[in-house]
Amino acid sequence: MVMAEETPRPETQAASAQPSAAKPAPAAKPAAAAPKAGGHGAAKAAPLATLTPDMQQLQQHFGESVIAPAPYVGVLLQDKSRLPEVATYLRDELKYDSVTNLTAVDYIKDGYFEVVYHFQRSTGGEPLTLKVRVPRPQGNDLSEPVPSITPIYAGADFQEREVYDMYGIPFSGHPDLRRILLWEGFYGWPLRKDWHEAYYEGDTKPFDSRWPGGHHQLAEERVPWADNVNYPPGFDPLNFHADPDAGLYDSMAEGVPGLKVVTKNGYGETTTTVLGNGQALAEEEELRTDQIIVNMGPQHPSTHGVLRMVVKLDGETVTDLKLVLGYLHRNHEKIGERNTWLHNIPYTDRLDYIVGMANEWGYVLTVEKMMGIKPTERAEYLRVLMAELTRIQSHFWAIGFLLNDLGAFYTPALYFITERDLILDFFESVTGSRLMCNYFRFGGVSRDLTEAQLAQVKELAFERIPRKIDELEELLTDNEIVKARTIGVGYLPADRSINYSLTGPCLRAAGVPYDIRRVDPYGIYDRFDFEIPVLYGADVYDRYRIRVLEMRESLKIVQQCLQQMEQTKWGDIQAGKKAYNHRVPAGQAYARVETPKGELGFYLVSDGGQNPYRYHIRSSSFINLTSLKEMVVGHKVADAVVILGSLDIVLGEVDR
Amino acid sequence: MSLLGTGILKGLGVTLRHFINTYAEDLKYLINKSAAPQPRPLRRQSPKNKGLVTVEYPKERLPLPENFRYVPFLVLDTEKQEEKCTSCGICAKVCPPQCIWIVRTEDPVTKRPIPQPKEFYIDTTICMNCGYCAEFCPFDAIKMDHDYELSYYPEEQPHMRLVHDKAKLLKPDTYHASIHPLDWQRELADRAAEEAKKKAAAEAKAKAEAAKPAPSAQQPPASAA
Repeated sequence: MVMAEETPRPETQAASAQPSAAKPAPAAKPAAAAPKAGGHGAAKAAPLATLTPDMQQLQQHFGESVIAPAPYVGVLLQDKSRLPEVATYLRDELKYDSVTNLTAVDYIKDGYFEVVYHFQRSTGGEPLTLKVRVPRPQGNDLSEPVPSITPIYAGADFQEREVYDMYGIPFSGHPDLRRILLWEGFYGWPLRKDWHEAYYEGDTKPFDSRWPGGHHQLAEERVPWADNVNYPPGFDPLNFHADPDAGLYDSMAEGVPGLKVVTKNGYGETTTTVLGNGQALAEEEELRTDQIIVNMGPQHPSTHGVLRMVVKLDGETVTDLKLVLGYLHRNHEKIGERNTWLHNIPYTDRLDYIVGMANEWGYVLTVEKMMGIKPTERAEYLRVLMAELTRIQSHFWAIGFLLNDLGAFYTPALYFITERDLILDFFESVTGSRLMCNYFRFGGVSRDLTEAQLAQVKELAFERIPRKIDELEELLTDNEIVKARTIGVGYLPADRSINYSLTGPCLRAAGVPYDIRRVDPYGIYDRFDFEIPVLYGADVYDRYRIRVLEMRESLKIVQQCLQQMEQTKWGDIQAGKKAYNHRVPAGQAYARVETPKGELGFYLVSDGGQNPYRYHIRSSSFINLTSLKEMVVGHKVADAVVILGSLDIVLGEVDR
Repeated sequence: MSLLGTGILKGLGVTLRHFINTYAEDLKYLINKSAAPQPRPLRRQSPKNKGLVTVEYPKERLPLPENFRYVPFLVLDTEKQEEKCTSCGICAKVCPPQCIWIVRTEDPVTKRPIPQPKEFYIDTTICMNCGYCAEFCPFDAIKMDHDYELSYYPEEQPHMRLVHDKAKLLKPDTYHASIHPLDWQRELADRAAEEAKKKAAAEAKAKAEAAKPAPSAQQPPASAA
């Protein structure tokens, strides 16, 4: 990999507070110079993608002036105004019935944003990549609008809002275009390449201030207040007034007479806006009814994390629901661009923090796809072992907390948490940590099992867990209260679910046999004899039952894996040399795994350097939440809690 | 068509079984505590356990597995009485949240770096306990500690800090061997293999030297016949 000339990093040098570490801006380095630690690679001409038959059909239908091959992967839509037409054609003619991933990339050197769409067939196969470009605007302006495909694919709703929030690309025709992970009034578009976070230290890690610099400084001391934080022009803290809920209640105001929204700024000055249109819902002779708006969360024991649901209630019945997300937003994707490829692995553990190793596999799979390396056989078995045990422990947790939401206060939850803890003890003895496992590496895994650990997992897989799943069913499946409260609740038919890009157990409970382990196989799952359970009720009861069935299938896989693993070579867990400064060849990849929550995908763009150029997570919990409104409206407010529990979300993955 | 309520009764049977087991397990060893095969925390957290699973921390503590990782510490070679760290900086580069700061020692005369750290800081408020530093250190000089009870009252323990400097980080390799026995065995085996390799190389070199004919025998015959 020839290292072309490295562009100097003026930001790092300007931000460096230590005069001793100041370096002169390097001139064009000769090609023979040793590659600098960290940093992005140089731009090279990208090869155009080869078109698949579906893409060729698309090109034939719309013409080569509209659809052209894009760099690396997919097709480029050269006339963005035709996007709704193209999307409709993809959905109706080519049968790509869901948009599985919608994100954007900032190509600052080339002067445009590229909005990337991945369309997926529910019957299986590779996703179809479509790209749309908009010119990069000046400063913090919004870019040109891109037509929204939300009317065609309901699952694009939250994803387009996220692209708007992070890049400032508006989507014309979107039903409710507001920021989703940040609050209204936030200044700036965080994932743009020229946006610096507070306490910004450098574009890429590792930072020279650690070695050979070496003098420890707390971040707050390195960056005195008001330095290095981006304030909007003309910002006056005394008169600053932001309404984080701007636009939230507007569409819900009908039928809620006298809905007053009172906001206070930091100096106690209040503004009162009356949104309600003064019309009562029903005026009976004696009984006049109103609807009320109730905020559930973000502090609430049953929202599975810091989720805020704004529900409009007519008595006890929910008539409208809106979600306010972002209370756990940690700017993961921007941090991912600062990290090196290896650094990102422990960060992925913290996405869906219940299932650390499932997230790691998604990321490592995508990078291995780009690097073209294959893990060793024993490592593949260990990966499957860990992933399936993770699935079992995640479903124990999910079912336990679903029962909590139903009101069975903690008895089933604690029984299942006990079982889950034994699995986590195994994870701790092998990887070093119960949840933040940091186990997968590019080309393998980090550690092999010892004899004692193998005995520990065999005891769990062959003795304890089968017994305990039986006990779980004995406790819950025929319970009349569970059945009365969950059968028929939260119904969403299969075609609507697919249109909402719903994935995971909730989709399989609606009758669609969509599981990435069969749809787009990865690892060595083809060596195991297991089924993908499917149920047809599409309600909360079937989502519970399908998780139990999945636990049994995962257990089958674990048992077969332990038996087959005896044929592999002990200690052979890493393909290639152990390295920490990987360079991934320039390119793009989208790869996904089936986590216990659904399809977790990673869209990575590399420019040949040691750090990702774009690091996007296609988060199953985030996209599954798009369907929550349609599932809940019409049910009682207590059912809203249960339906949210059946979706099984984890806020780490929702907000990232 | 089963009677309404049998589902609930089945569930109540499960909870009743759990309830009885919480007492039955402990009653077994109530009188004769020393007859228990393992101390109570291990019994309660074992996969064979049927009763209570509570470990009464801090009166009882679970033993930690060898691979458990919390914050790192530096290894002091007790034989040579110096730290094994050479300030190569790999741990600082490989740390994802960048919580390691290292100052290399410089030779005062030549200004070239000496393989010893002058200062070494780990900010435990930033450390994410990933274990990369220990995994990628080429000299087995930094390892993951098992001590997780790092909180303190500043008035009562004025010497404690959340940013660990070299003095706080250095711990003897006997401590490392006690908490990581398998890793220590692996390190000793690696060292022995290194020694064996060096010895073999030295012997091979000595043999090659000996095989060469002595220079005096090569002298041309003296001119004086």
